[in-house]
Amino acid sequence: MSSSAAPATTGGTSRRMQGEAATAAQEDRQDRETGATVEFRQVRRAFGAAVALDGLDLDVRPGELLALLGPSGCGKTTALRMLAGFETPESGEVVVDGEDVTSVPANRRDAGMVFQSYSLFPHLSAADNVAFGLRMRKVSARERRARAAELLELVGLPHHGDRYPHQLSGGQQQRIALARALALRPRVLLLDEPLSALDAKVRLALREEIRRLQRELAITTLFVTHDQEEALSMADRVAVMHAGRLEQCAEPGELYARPATAFVAEFVGTMNRIPGRTGDDGGVVEVVGRRLPVDGPGAAPHREVDVLVRPEAVELAVAEKGTKGAEGTARVTGTTFLGAVTRISVRLADGTLVKADMTTHTATAFPAGTAVTVGLPERPVLVDERRA
Amino acid sequence: MARLIPSIPSIPSRRPRFGRGAVLAVSAAYFAVPLLAAVVYTVDDPVKGVTLSAYTGILGAGGFLPALLLSLELAAATIAVVLLILVPAAIAVRLGGSRLRAAVEVVCTLPLVVPPIALAAGLTTVLKWGPEYLARTPFFQTIVALQNPGFPVVLVLAYVVMSLPLAYRALDAGLRTLDVPTLMEAALNNGAGRIRAVTGVILPNLRGALLNAVFLTLALVLGEYTVASILGFQPFTVWIVNGSASAQGPVTIAVSVLSLLLTWALLLVLSASGGRRHTSAPASRNTKGTT
Repeated sequence: MSSSAAPATTGGTSRRMQGEAATAAQEDRQDRETGATVEFRQVRRAFGAAVALDGLDLDVRPGELLALLGPSGCGKTTALRMLAGFETPESGEVVVDGEDVTSVPANRRDAGMVFQSYSLFPHLSAADNVAFGLRMRKVSARERRARAAELLELVGLPHHGDRYPHQLSGGQQQRIALARALALRPRVLLLDEPLSALDAKVRLALREEIRRLQRELAITTLFVTHDQEEALSMADRVAVMHAGRLEQCAEPGELYARPATAFVAEFVGTMNRIPGRTGDDGGVVEVVGRRLPVDGPGAAPHREVDVLVRPEAVELAVAEKGTKGAEGTARVTGTTFLGAVTRISVRLADGTLVKADMTTHTATAFPAGTAVTVGLPERPVLVDERRA
Repeated sequence: MARLIPSIPSIPSRRPRFGRGAVLAVSAAYFAVPLLAAVVYTVDDPVKGVTLSAYTGILGAGGFLPALLLSLELAAATIAVVLLILVPAAIAVRLGGSRLRAAVEVVCTLPLVVPPIALAAGLTTVLKWGPEYLARTPFFQTIVALQNPGFPVVLVLAYVVMSLPLAYRALDAGLRTLDVPTLMEAALNNGAGRIRAVTGVILPNLRGALLNAVFLTLALVLGEYTVASILGFQPFTVWIVNGSASAQGPVTIAVSVLSLLLTWALLLVLSASGGRRHTSAPASRNTKGTT
């Protein structure tokens, strides 16, 4: 975590500081041992008629970074705030390391939080912001200074201690906020969309830094985001929430490859909905002229359904003459260049729009207007009720 | 670098500059002419010529010090009560919700539409009614204490009501610049209790707004005449008016001039302290190339 604005240091000083930061991280890790467990047990919270959490059950493993992912209003921030002590559940329990903390006030929760809007104290310097919690715990001024210096070093801003929040960039402010959250050696680190106010480049850099720090400190971390790319790239596991409930909690790869529900399938990544019809037993679906096994418990037999297929699973081939109008034939309506991959939009004979991803090199064979055949690989697919 | 900037804007900017100058001159005259007239009145003695005796005689003027002290005491008490009521209310409004905000805003704005004369008339009625009906109750002593000429608490109550709109606006303007709920949560998350979060995080960031509220309340109390006069007390303003009608005329006007200058000086100090905070900020702003 280098900062080009930081004054140059001699090699020796720099090495010493890096050594101090590494020692601080090690001490933190030792203090925390293996990180805390967090459990939400049947937690419910409503704001008037709006139910924010509807019986949430979720376990966070020690030392893991778990991302709470979902659309606005799904309850992810409410869950985080409940763990921080800013919200009280109507029913259910919040348990940290086996201890029920549901009624423990926020200032005694032992959970460091980084807010979306930085929320540094404007009247305090960066070092004083970091040391604020220590001051509240009546730690001596000397210890506070030393700890603040360690943490500023840890977040890569060793020379910014005397600056005020308004003198720092957004990324720097968020690093200071991260250092402040870690100052009290909390059992749990809570990140409430900490990168959403930053520009893309800074966001990418800070994303990696947060992940590095979290791994170094082995601190149990809950990370709220609505950015699926952020969640998939940073988290050990991702919990997808919808309407106050947990839809699925799994490792990013599993979440993407084997979504448990149609909501997860469509929320994480891009998904095609292709009309199909289930067979006699509901375990097979007929779609674009093929019979594919249905993933999961199956569906009702002889039902009109939507088959959920990722764009990269769709296979296109230039149609041979004489196949026009046959099932599975389509016409390219446009292409979208995405870098190494190009997304090709095709319209099936029944009017359904399907997206297919392929390498940009291959995609040159499919200019707009090309007649193509659409194929799907022989593997289980998710089906969902037909949408109008 | 200056050479690279063409001088095109200088021609069209003349008219607005002239216009601004004219407005400034008229405004300055509006304020300065009465003040200058007052100064001339205090230093120009028809018999002795130009003299500073009105100013040198201020401290010795009969009733000046008690009146000034009473005004300052009333101002201090009013400021204390206003801040004690308004600071928690304004913060609660920021932390609470739109319903609470609407209620507090209505309550705090209401005194603007009640003229001081109406307030004084109402108070007079209550103070007359009180002794009649409360004579045999412990509240009678309270009514009496409220009107103690040494320190008329009833004036403090009236001034608190009159100061609410001004002080609330000043505080609210300051609070609008802060994300109060998040700052409170950040403080709580760092181990501070609610009171400590307010005193250690919110109030230090409200310094300018608090100073504004204090200044406005001070100015209102030091300049208020109607209520004090009708209720029969003699703080500074009443003394000035009474004195100017008597032989102490030049002295009381000299006091008015000095109090005006003092008020301006306070305003300048406030502006300067507010300005220093802003100018110290972006000088070393460092946003490029770092994350």
